[in-house]
Amino acid sequence: MSESSHRGLLRHIHLDLPLLVGLLLLAGAGLVVLYSAGGEEIDLVWRQVMRLGIAFAVMAVVAQIPPDTLRRWSPWLFSAGLAMLVAVLVIGEMGKGAQRWLDLGLFRFQPSELMKVAVPMMLAWYLADSPLPPPAKRTVIAGVLFLVPVLLIAKQPDLGTSLLIGTAGAFVLLFAGLRWRVVLFGALTLIPAAFALWHYGMHPYQRNRVLTFLNPERDPLGAGYHIIQSKIAIGSGGMYGKGWLNGTQSHLEFLPERHTDFIFAVFGEEFGFSAVLLLLALYAYVVLRCLYIAVQAQDTFSRLLAGSLTMTFFVYLFVNIGMVSGLLPVVGLPLPLISYGGSSMVTVMAAFGILMSVHTHRKLIYS
Amino acid sequence: MRRKPHLLKDPIQERHLFRTRAIVAGVVAVLLLLLLAMRMAFLQVTSHSHFTTLSHNNRVSIQPIAPIRGLIFDRNGVVLAENLPAFSLEIVPERVDDMDATLAAVSTLIEVSQDDRDRFREELKRRRRFEEIPLRFRLTDEEVAAVAVNRHRLPGVEIKSRLARHYPMGPLTSHVVGYVGRISEDELNAIDASNYSATNHIGKVGVERSYEEVLHGTVGYQQVETNARGRILRVLERTLPTPGKNLWLNIDVHAQRAAAEAFGEERGALVAVDPRDGGVVALVSMPGFDPNAFVNGISTKEYRALMNDPDQPLFNRALRGRYPPGSTTKPFVGLAGLESGTIRPEDRIFCPGWYQLKGDDHRYRDWKKHGHGWTDLNKGVVESCDVFFYDLAHKLGIDALSDYLMRFGFGEVTGIDIIGESRGLMPSREWKRRALQQAWYPGETLIAGIGQGFVLATPLQLAANTATLASHGRGLEPRVVREIEDPLESVRTPVVATAREPLPVHSEENWQHIIDAMIEVVHGVRGTARRIAAGITYQVAGKTGTAQVVGIAQDAKYVEEELEKRLRDHALFLGFAPADRPQLAVSVIVENGGSGGAVASPVARRVMDAYILGNREAITHE
Repeated sequence: MSESSHRGLLRHIHLDLPLLVGLLLLAGAGLVVLYSAGGEEIDLVWRQVMRLGIAFAVMAVVAQIPPDTLRRWSPWLFSAGLAMLVAVLVIGEMGKGAQRWLDLGLFRFQPSELMKVAVPMMLAWYLADSPLPPPAKRTVIAGVLFLVPVLLIAKQPDLGTSLLIGTAGAFVLLFAGLRWRVVLFGALTLIPAAFALWHYGMHPYQRNRVLTFLNPERDPLGAGYHIIQSKIAIGSGGMYGKGWLNGTQSHLEFLPERHTDFIFAVFGEEFGFSAVLLLLALYAYVVLRCLYIAVQAQDTFSRLLAGSLTMTFFVYLFVNIGMVSGLLPVVGLPLPLISYGGSSMVTVMAAFGILMSVHTHRKLIYS
Repeated sequence: MRRKPHLLKDPIQERHLFRTRAIVAGVVAVLLLLLLAMRMAFLQVTSHSHFTTLSHNNRVSIQPIAPIRGLIFDRNGVVLAENLPAFSLEIVPERVDDMDATLAAVSTLIEVSQDDRDRFREELKRRRRFEEIPLRFRLTDEEVAAVAVNRHRLPGVEIKSRLARHYPMGPLTSHVVGYVGRISEDELNAIDASNYSATNHIGKVGVERSYEEVLHGTVGYQQVETNARGRILRVLERTLPTPGKNLWLNIDVHAQRAAAEAFGEERGALVAVDPRDGGVVALVSMPGFDPNAFVNGISTKEYRALMNDPDQPLFNRALRGRYPPGSTTKPFVGLAGLESGTIRPEDRIFCPGWYQLKGDDHRYRDWKKHGHGWTDLNKGVVESCDVFFYDLAHKLGIDALSDYLMRFGFGEVTGIDIIGESRGLMPSREWKRRALQQAWYPGETLIAGIGQGFVLATPLQLAANTATLASHGRGLEPRVVREIEDPLESVRTPVVATAREPLPVHSEENWQHIIDAMIEVVHGVRGTARRIAAGITYQVAGKTGTAQVVGIAQDAKYVEEELEKRLRDHALFLGFAPADRPQLAVSVIVENGGSGGAVASPVARRVMDAYILGNREAITHE
């Protein structure tokens, strides 16, 4: 059959067709919205196409690396990432204010982006070594392993990324079979941890964001403005939307950051609830396909890594849409594959590359 | 590097465990996505209309409501300033795509001057995009119709009916009531911007300016829901404005008109004050101007014409004109002599027609070439003998003279409730040292004694000082406004004139002696103002004066006819009546009028008749 031969061809170059189709659809939808959200600037769209091209290329390259190789790289990648995080912090201390990137001469590199992949790899590597579920001692060590980079990134300060990496680590532990009562206990300790974070760990602007999230009208012209205007944009879209390029909220510039973090509001305003359902379904499809890949994986390391990367992607999109629709506080996370922007997209696509690698490098001895 | 697993791994069990967890994760993910979908459904389906309204309006705007400006009446209830509805053409910038095209289109329908355009452009920069900006005022019915017919092709253009200030008396009360005009940039910085957010006009001069805060009132607000085009859908909340207070003036339009008619074509000023309460009954500066022209922006051409008019109609001579008071100073100087004990009423000097200081060749001339002969204070005042007052001034010395006259109000502001009065000038040693860095010369004392030289006074000062003289030293700060009326409760609150520091009275007889002499000026057979006594039914105490416009060279023959009219003397008169129970103190100056007795005193008489006798002609609106 032509379809199976086609699939066979893609398999041969280690790409997963169902996942690729989902990703391309998302990226395509993103370009369409971006044209409208970016004020109908075609240059902006071309730049995004370039980025997507690079990101998909990175995905294709990563997909060629067998999971075994990835596993062997894990501790080295993690150590390098950690070293760079410390370097960024030290340079930041010497300079002024927040710093998130290393200037490597040719380009700027954000170590925290590397850690989004390196942390789940490290934990998967560490936990796959012993029988699952992991014993208490290993659990604690694993916890320390991912909390160190989380804290380092939170100190940059980049709360969004640090929470995301924390989630990635936590998902590895969950998939490794952490007992539910331990999970419950961990969730309960989050409450005092949140208190501590509030009083000692947060910058005033971050505290403001949380307060404003709890009551957007508190600061209708300042931080609350984002949420209020975004809700108005989505709500006024209705069932079928105002039509492409016809979103008044975005085109009259009521909506801030409309082509980056708040692009989903433009989507909701112009295409309406029906299209929003389609988009959510598309995301659900991608997430479920990835989970399927994880379940099908042949070894523990691959499973844990694939599962964690999938759920991190899910958290990404859930937090973004939740924030834009006023369910969650405003944390600066883009909507994966749709928001305009650079470095995080490469990381996301690299993760999909890993997933494809896991699915396509199968040892024939198994099954 | 790698640890040895210390327990045996069970791949099947691990796979099973992972599968369970993955299913849980998948279910949780789908549930959370459903939560997002529900949230979206809530926003986009359930609350859709709510957010649509918010999106269309995107703001609930707060619109200010202008308070109605207080009316101004004269003491008898004649309207001096009112608010009449007038149509104006206004443009809302936010609804206009191409402003130039719209302006061009409007110009084809109605006349729009360059001034209108310039002012419009100026306001365009200042106002917010959704506020209407007036382009033309006072549209005629034809113009309103022309615009109305074409409104469909002029989005953002509106005809508004607004209340516009109107002064029915026109030039007659222009210098006292003043006028309102459009708020200027400077004024905008000085006022409470929010209280004026709906107001286009502000008092510029006169009562309109001085009582701006009272007349303006307090702005009201309405919270409105508007659609995306700025049209008001409904009013959510309304706070009514508090109207400005009405003013009842002391001004009597009858007296005002009598004065204006008496002046005729002459230039000059008249101020009439009621000594009993300090009320300004008449305040006239001739010529006047039409204050209505200023209300909605006078054109540059018209304004230039007014500014360049040699008669200076915009200049408020009554308040700001500084004239040498001349012989009208004599009663005050005489009183200074009596009260200080420098002279007694019976003291006489001989007037040969000139006066000379010891060791000085200069002859200080009397206006009467051959002199008045033996002269006492009474004769000095009645016949206005200069030599008598040269001598008296010399005896008093500049310090005592200056001090006493300043207490009377010369060289001091009267404290009238209209902004902009001039201080005049009463010279003293100290003043001359400070202003001119020169010592005082004795000859200057003589000149000051007859109200010439450095001495300058405004018509208002002369009237106020005369009122003080009439009330034997108990001076009041003149008040133009008599009562302030709250239009909501119709309660009128009187404006009480502040008392000036009273002059010390050594002897009432001294005061009466001067007043008797002033009565003789009008009613005596040799009085300089005797011509106004004809047919009079009350007693007037007065004094004429003539102020030189140019200095006259020593021994030069003064030929009035040879001088151009503009170089002729100013004619002055001050006086009060009835002499025994004063009701009105009047000062008159007729610029280049010549003799005070002949030209200025009849003007005063007309005003006194109007006020004291109630001799009123029917008041017709201009």
